[in-house]
Amino acid sequence: MPSNDNMPEMSLYQPVQVEDAISLAGTLAERGWLVGGGQDTYGWIKDRAKRPEALIDLNGIESMRGIRETADGIEIGALVTLTELANNALVKERYSLLSSAAGRVASPQIRNIGTLGGNVAQDVRCWYYRRGLNCYRAGGNLCYADTPEGQNREHALFGASRCVAVSPSDTAPALVALEAQMVIRNASGERVVAAEDFFIGPDVDIRHTTVLRTGDVLTAVRIPAKWANAEFYFEKVADRNVWDFALVSISAAMKVTNGTIEESRMVAGAVECTPRRLTSVEQAIQGRARNQETADAVASLASQGAKPLNYNHFKMPLMDNLVKRALTV
Amino acid sequence: MGPNKVNITLTRRRFIKSVIFSAAAASSGAGWYMASAASNPAGGVERLVSINVNGRVRRVDVLPQETLAHTLRYKLGLTGTKVACNRGECGACTVLIDDVNYYSCSTLTHNVKDRAVLTVEGLRAEDGTLHAVQAAFIQELSPACGFCTSGQVMSAVALLKANPKPTRQQAREAMSGNLCRCGAYDHYLNGVMRASGQLS
Ligand SMILES: Cc1cc2nc3c(=O)[nH]c(=O)nc-3n(C[C@H](O)[C@H](O)[C@H](O)COP(=O)(O)OP(=O)(O)OC[C@H]3O[C@@H](n4cnc5c(N)ncnc54)[C@H](O)[C@@H]3O)c2cc1C
Ligand code: SF4
Ligand code: FES
Ligand code: FES
Repeated sequence: MPSNDNMPEMSLYQPVQVEDAISLAGTLAERGWLVGGGQDTYGWIKDRAKRPEALIDLNGIESMRGIRETADGIEIGALVTLTELANNALVKERYSLLSSAAGRVASPQIRNIGTLGGNVAQDVRCWYYRRGLNCYRAGGNLCYADTPEGQNREHALFGASRCVAVSPSDTAPALVALEAQMVIRNASGERVVAAEDFFIGPDVDIRHTTVLRTGDVLTAVRIPAKWANAEFYFEKVADRNVWDFALVSISAAMKVTNGTIEESRMVAGAVECTPRRLTSVEQAIQGRARNQETADAVASLASQGAKPLNYNHFKMPLMDNLVKRALTV
Repeated sequence: MGPNKVNITLTRRRFIKSVIFSAAAASSGAGWYMASAASNPAGGVERLVSINVNGRVRRVDVLPQETLAHTLRYKLGLTGTKVACNRGECGACTVLIDDVNYYSCSTLTHNVKDRAVLTVEGLRAEDGTLHAVQAAFIQELSPACGFCTSGQVMSAVALLKANPKPTRQQAREAMSGNLCRCGAYDHYLNGVMRASGQLS
């Protein structure tokens, strides 16, 4: 029996240039594991539920740090910590949706080390999977959560396809709302993917939650100026205010001119394996005022089409009420 | 696949501590500078590192995967830092790294080379005088069982370094990553307010 208090034997690489990290990731392939803050990583490894042979620590790569202003918005290095994101003056001033979301992740100590890159690339938190059970997502042929006795209070309302786990990231829905662009590098170059396409569901690929593949490094996240200083609303509901993952979260960005909502992006977290855009709500509120009347009119749209599991029906009114609050608070 | 092919592109200077190590090479008695075992590319971390703990530079043999909590407790004998959950879920292991609080159970020791680590053992002055936070926690009878205390002390010290006069709400938020199984939260908060000179 291994002592789960100790990390198993592994190699560690600390490249200082992104090219070297990419090269190591390509060479080590399935045996290697990229590390930002390690807050998603170490649990997997201590529990022996995942067993990489080598860690590739990205922390020495200066080019992946910092928040810069660009011609069209800002660029956030993938190694920027959640604390930096929550406290950064530029982000707070223009994209407070993102700073609020980052400030609600886990606990202060985890935010001090957890990176934006790790936050969006983290794996799902389904405890059956985390425990190392050989479920669909782990390559097996059943889902432990989607059974009559399965504990699925935290699981998905939408988009299930064999796996019913949800997206755990608090920043992911905010990035989708802000139309962020994810900058990914690998040995053959750089590609830029919209946040909305970056996160993928089990119907697309049950083993991955994002489009990142072996040899890919997320180097930065770009936020376009389009949503700068829009009206924002972020709220996360969790069992405890600290440490716990969202039961449901709402990230809303609204452009309000002369009292009416011209355009909006409403995105819910923790209801699907990807952040869920509430397009029916977005359409319904267009041209209306951001007020109680509008909130009441669109009240039940958010949860329409939900397919609740045994223990997560409560997420439906929760979603609807969060949308209401986004429109009234 | 031929992993060793990558060696040529990974020049030594491009790594923080560019000496080559792999656990397999070490256990074969080949020494730190031996090229790594066949299956891994070159450029792993050097095991023998210097870390600055409580103002003293210590030379330690650190495994690649070793957590700071492990190094502190089992290699440096600094058992004031507690390990409870070992999963980033309680705060008992909280230490300061360059004045910021982190969970040492969830930090690799190889990430604190060239940085200043402060543990509860390093707070007392030379003459034995306790840190203001420690003194205030005693006066306010903050701890109950005491297991979470060193972590609570470290988070309070980090807070007061960044914000010497926090409001009670700010203190509550700053201390929120430290679980107390005894539920002595308000007693710790009283201690923080006292240590910041806002309670007489
Ligand atoms: C107790 C606890 C509570 C938590 N609560 C929350 C919560 O409430 N909300 C929330 O959102 N999260 C939560 N988390 C999850 C997570 O640990 C943090 O959100 C953190 O942001 C992860 O970032 P990291 O840099 O530490 O990740 P890491 O562990 O370093 O990385 C996570 C994953 O991303 C990959 N990765 C990292 N960086 C890159 C990159 N640049 N390019 C490509 N791949 C990369 C890694 O290979 C790994 O697979 C919690 C974690 C713990 C332990
Ligand atoms: S919900 Fe997904 S991760 Fe959880 S047991 Fe089912 S297949 Fe596995
Ligand atoms: S022991 Fe590190 S957070 Fe619990
Ligand atoms: S005093 Fe007992 S756990 Fe906090």
